[in-house]
Amino acid sequence: MSIKERLSGNEAVTNAMRQINPDVVAAFPITPSTEIPQYFASFVNNGKVDTEFITVESEHSAMSACIGSEASGARTMTATSSAGLALMWEMLYIASSMRLPIIMSVVNRALSGPLNIHNDHSDSMGARDSGWIQIYGENNQEAYDNFIQAVRIAEHPDVNLPIMNCYDGFITSHAVENIELIDDDSVKNFVGEYTPKYHLLNKNQPISLGPLDLPQHYFEHKRQQAEALKNAKQVILDVAKKFEEMTGRKYSLFEEYEMEDAELAIVLLNSTAGTAKYVVDELRAEGKKVGLIKIRIFRPFPVEEIAKALSKCTVVAILDKADSLNGAGGPLFTDITSALYGKTHTIKVINYIYGLGGRDVKINDIRFVYDELQKIFDGKKIESIFNYLNVKE
Amino acid sequence: MNSFENLIDIFHVFENKSPTKNIRKIANEGISPHELTTSAQISWKTISPGGTIMNAGNAEEFNTGDWRSYKPLFIKENCKQCLLCYPACPDSSIPINEQGERGEFDYKHCKGCGVCENVCPFNAIEMKENS
Repeated sequence: MSIKERLSGNEAVTNAMRQINPDVVAAFPITPSTEIPQYFASFVNNGKVDTEFITVESEHSAMSACIGSEASGARTMTATSSAGLALMWEMLYIASSMRLPIIMSVVNRALSGPLNIHNDHSDSMGARDSGWIQIYGENNQEAYDNFIQAVRIAEHPDVNLPIMNCYDGFITSHAVENIELIDDDSVKNFVGEYTPKYHLLNKNQPISLGPLDLPQHYFEHKRQQAEALKNAKQVILDVAKKFEEMTGRKYSLFEEYEMEDAELAIVLLNSTAGTAKYVVDELRAEGKKVGLIKIRIFRPFPVEEIAKALSKCTVVAILDKADSLNGAGGPLFTDITSALYGKTHTIKVINYIYGLGGRDVKINDIRFVYDELQKIFDGKKIESIFNYLNVKE
Repeated sequence: MNSFENLIDIFHVFENKSPTKNIRKIANEGISPHELTTSAQISWKTISPGGTIMNAGNAEEFNTGDWRSYKPLFIKENCKQCLLCYPACPDSSIPINEQGERGEFDYKHCKGCGVCENVCPFNAIEMKENS
């Protein structure tokens, strides 16, 4: 049974946490994710959940507490943004390498400096190689749906990895939109009970976690961890199928919008997809063959699938809301061009860094990109592969 | 054998060709010590996930004795069995028998730190260069 509501992204995600009723939440507030522990604390206080809520003194401590509790066999969740995620850095790698399925909402915000509280993807993009699964959502509905699916993906025995549920700060986290919630019982049934078979509090089978791992074995453990991340791809699809059976809402590794016969395409993440879809509709009405791919799963990266989806396009623009500062393109651009390497010689790919520090991305900006793609399609020489969209020249 | 090589088996879960199946089996059924193998042919497919050590109480298998550059010698005729040395040993390498008397050093685990020589009031322990 679905419930029609009007919620912000943070309210929606916190409601998912209430419905799941995790064993432990350990979190430290940082804009724009602050509302998650704030709302959740009120659920704890009002007896809506029986979660152990740990107030900590920093994000490093928050992730450390999550690691300890998850290792003890408790289903554990947290949330953070920007500098908070950066402060967790050391512990992010420990969580993933210890194979602990912690669920964390990352409400995307620019990294300092200069100090900025608004949305871009520099925080989670920086953590893209930390061994966490990364799911990105366009709006409050996707943030909510992805969060619920994340529990089953992370805890799946083929995976056992932590997940970042990423969505845009303020644009998604604070804007109130219509949403369809799932009833509490269905969510509880969907995620099930967390029953890890080996954990620190199992007195029948004592174990040691996080030991010294020297050159003889470290490499094997990392190789095995890489395999788990690869396994996650199929599990994500399987869980999406189950989720569709429950809600009718369809999810995959990425969303293809008007891609069937598209000659020109944009690839991007998160809330800008809403604006881009509007522009695609306008251009389609003008008879132009344009499409959009919105990446949902950034880690593990859908290499073969994205190459296949783009294979019929002629000119593609990759939009990155984070700059790798490597002088060679943003993170999404370098991953997609790697995915295409050796598979096609005909697609022209350009990159735009956009929206850093919360710079608004408007219909005209997206239209400008499609216009540039059209010019390249019509024979214009590509002057620069690597570009900045709407920066004051 | 080098003492680190002794650690080779603590990450070893059991032989299984499929890593996925292996991880699932660990998660579903747990591991009991009798499933631990002693094979040195460890693989990323069978190694314990996350470096988790499944068999508890294995510190004894770590032969720290080969770290030693100095070796304590027990001079039995000087010993009054006061047992001051026994609790001072950080590696539990001074065994006490049923009669409550200390015996010869456990050289498998003694790192040669010399604390015992320092606490002995009767010159019953002497440090010599390890040969």
